[in-house]
Amino acid sequence: MKFGVVTFPGSNCDYDNYMAIKERLLQPVEFIWHKDADIGTFDCICLPGGFSYGDYLRSGAIARFSPVMRAVIDYANRGGLVIGICNGFQVLLESGLLPGAMLRNRSLRFICKYIYLRCENNSTPFTNQIEAGEVVKIPIAHADGNYYSYNGDIKELTANGQVIFRYCTPAGKITDAANPNGSTASIAGICNRKGNVLGMMPHPERAAETLLGSEDGLKVFASTLAALKSGVARVAT
Amino acid sequence: MSQSRKMTCHIHLKKGVLDPQGVTIKQALENLGYDDVLEVRSSKVFTLTFREDTDGDLTLRAQEICRKLLANPVIEQFTVEEG
Repeated sequence: MKFGVVTFPGSNCDYDNYMAIKERLLQPVEFIWHKDADIGTFDCICLPGGFSYGDYLRSGAIARFSPVMRAVIDYANRGGLVIGICNGFQVLLESGLLPGAMLRNRSLRFICKYIYLRCENNSTPFTNQIEAGEVVKIPIAHADGNYYSYNGDIKELTANGQVIFRYCTPAGKITDAANPNGSTASIAGICNRKGNVLGMMPHPERAAETLLGSEDGLKVFASTLAALKSGVARVAT
Repeated sequence: MSQSRKMTCHIHLKKGVLDPQGVTIKQALENLGYDDVLEVRSSKVFTLTFREDTDGDLTLRAQEICRKLLANPVIEQFTVEEG
């Protein structure tokens, strides 16, 4: 299965994603340049973390209008698997592929540390290799990760099973103290209604081998691979 | 270039949306002794200078630019004014 990793000016996790997919998932992977309007054939596209276009205006706001995003939006609308991590999640929100917006962390600080996430829905293409309710350890690194959406949206996201990860204690309890950035309902990751677009603030690619402190993040990529191999999620680009 | 070719766009967080910067600035003001400030809300201002031969209503044009790019309608609202 062929993965694509988009490089925007200012992306800084594109190589981390590339290496996690190539060396740990053992799948072919190619970079996609932000100016490419024709992205070719891929089975899954990753939007990596970083500071695309310097985070000017709002995180992800300028990247959303780059030529590659027109192709990614079209790909997602046709059911292709898209994973947006950190800044990639912010780009997906700005693009309207996922609902809501990011506010500055409530502490106003850039936070870079390992946190714990509880998997809230394991019947998605991105979480099928994670147990229901399983707690995974994956790092965050962001200043604008305070997820916000209208109350009605949050209820709908929850009811539809679109809330994929919540910040929690090591034992899996959702508490305010375990919420690092003030996100509404401790939300760390969501998917769209169709279930083919995932956005998450934590960095699974940075937790893809034990040498780095955790390999829990690999489960997100392994789930994607399993979904693609089962054939349900393959879409021609 | 005449003054009337400029439009100023003010972008604010919507009422009820937490403004962590505003909250922190209010705390700093309290520390400085300004305990009479009830609330601080931050905002952004963009000044657009249009070509003099731009057709149509500049207010509508600036509003369109705010909707498309300058403001995020999920969390922000905007006002535009001439000058």
